[in-house]
Amino acid sequence: MDLSAINPVLLIASLMVAATPLLLAAIGELIVEKSGVLNLGVEGMMITGAIAGFAVSVETGSPYVGVLAAAFAGAALSLLFAFLTQFALANQVASGLALTLFGLGLSALMGQGYVGVRPPEMARLDMPVLSDLPVVGPILFSHDPILYFGIALTAGVWAFLKFTRGGLILRAVGENHDAAHALGYNVMRVRVLAILFGGACAGVGGAYISLIRVPQWTEGMTAGIGWIALALVVFASWKPWRALLGAYLFGGINVLQLNLQAAGVAIPVEYLAMSPYLITILVLVIMSADKSGAPASLGRSFHASQ
Amino acid sequence: MKLTKLLTSAAVALGLATTAMAEDKTKVGFVYVGPVGDGGWTYEHNKGRLAVEEAFGDKVETVFVESVPEGPDSERVMTQMALNGADLIFTTSFGYMDPTINVAKKFPNVKFEHATGYKQAENVSVYSARFYEGRAVQGHIAGKMTKSNIIGYIGSYPIPEVIRGINSAFIHAKKVNPDVQFKIVWAYTWFDPAKEADAAKVLIEQGADVILQHTDSTAPQAAAQAAGNVVTFGQASDMGEYAPFPRVSSIIDDWGPYYVARTKAVMDGTWTSVNTWDGIGAGMVGIGEISDAVPADVKAEALALKDALADGSYHAFTGPINKQDGSAWLAEGETADDGTLAGMNFYVEGITGDIPQ
Repeated sequence: MDLSAINPVLLIASLMVAATPLLLAAIGELIVEKSGVLNLGVEGMMITGAIAGFAVSVETGSPYVGVLAAAFAGAALSLLFAFLTQFALANQVASGLALTLFGLGLSALMGQGYVGVRPPEMARLDMPVLSDLPVVGPILFSHDPILYFGIALTAGVWAFLKFTRGGLILRAVGENHDAAHALGYNVMRVRVLAILFGGACAGVGGAYISLIRVPQWTEGMTAGIGWIALALVVFASWKPWRALLGAYLFGGINVLQLNLQAAGVAIPVEYLAMSPYLITILVLVIMSADKSGAPASLGRSFHASQ
Repeated sequence: MKLTKLLTSAAVALGLATTAMAEDKTKVGFVYVGPVGDGGWTYEHNKGRLAVEEAFGDKVETVFVESVPEGPDSERVMTQMALNGADLIFTTSFGYMDPTINVAKKFPNVKFEHATGYKQAENVSVYSARFYEGRAVQGHIAGKMTKSNIIGYIGSYPIPEVIRGINSAFIHAKKVNPDVQFKIVWAYTWFDPAKEADAAKVLIEQGADVILQHTDSTAPQAAAQAAGNVVTFGQASDMGEYAPFPRVSSIIDDWGPYYVARTKAVMDGTWTSVNTWDGIGAGMVGIGEISDAVPADVKAEALALKDALADGSYHAFTGPINKQDGSAWLAEGETADDGTLAGMNFYVEGITGDIPQ
């Protein structure tokens, strides 16, 4: 065993990268659930974003255009979900599951010609002076722009929910859609917008995997991150900063367990492999012991005539 | 009455005719563990399938199913293939071993060929390549190329095939560089680019400047390229799009000739259950072009080693070799027998860490 081989600075830097797709998807889903809609299609929207972002950046040569396309693709797919659940009043759980299955299939079809292709690289932000600082430099100032976007988004969503009128309306719709409707708010419009936002975030999260973290396209490459994001929202008690913490915890232990393996720690690999799931759930369950519960209207369909 | 009888006999005749027509063609099925575009293991098996099509043209029909999970699900895929009239089925991953045996029992007239396994039956052949010979060449180059003396190894599953590769690479790296150290990470997958990329990054962060992989995607190559100064080797396929650097050489599996020969045997009715294990000499294992990033003298040594392995004058496991715990395995000049190699479940002396059980 040689723990000194593990460089904590690099460990923290790479856990942030590993956590970003999860964080983006979770923040998007958090807004969706805050509006009272349960969209189980996160995985499907992520993988669709992954291939759309990949394909577009290969064709255009620009990773930024690709990320934008991924957001659009995720939002477009979520529009299907919005139509089914908000206009056709279909069951949200079933529609969400269908969306995941559809997204996985669609992405495999779209990705046929892109297996083994190399995408254009997204440059890391290189901040003069700051990036060269010891310890702080590699951790805080030498990542790709999307990673910072993820953190900014968390802060933005937190501020939006806590301080703005829009956030108040969103929460009102999620807590009691009848009351919100009686106050004259358009429940359906709020929810459709929330669903679109969630789709776009999931799409960007997927593109982060295919463009930056791996970077490559393969079928089913999101490998369940969408589901973990869903669980994370619940365990984070619908609070943005806790979602960030959970994502970093999950990403961190994931990277740490590989580090421990490489350093030759004598813990059976199977335990190491399941530790990210176990520890993340444990910590978040303990943290969510306070009273903050789910939005009261979560998963219930709304129609103005009822 | 007469009409129905007429219709029935017509239907029967028609049925016979179609079966007769179908029998003209030999139908060959392939079960793949990854997508055909993985650029590695499955990609090469698919090249073998295309070689069969090219060799026999109209006389053969091939079908394949990709990304079939190892385990019970694969049994369903094989059964479906056999029911659809396949005469010969290649199951191309270690984890298909028991499913292949199970399905073969149900279809005694269908021939099966299982890659890298060890369970044979009347209608099940096994075939594999001596990848460890290629690993020896890799280990030699790796030992010469490393500056940090740390070589990272991404293992898939702790099965004999993979452990053989680790041992062979280590023995030959150690031979040219006594200070060399292996860091091994088990990914528990044959194909998961995200996991493979993470594993490669971790190994690089811990100081490895050579990465060997026994997983099938090119993700570790991409990670090495991003790091800038890390050497890699193509696995199962040439992975030439990463040449000349980081990919400096590769192990290439060439299944084409074997697949053509076995299909021919089914056509001629001479197929019997065999156990094939060929290496560099027979052409089943190829060494991809050693790029100019490798110094000329190292390249020459590596090619000499390859030739010695090919003509049989040198065995990749030649004593003296001790096991990890220090106990003697091979005496001076003694070479490993195939039985021990096939079931290899121990590291050789000098490798640190335990094999997960």
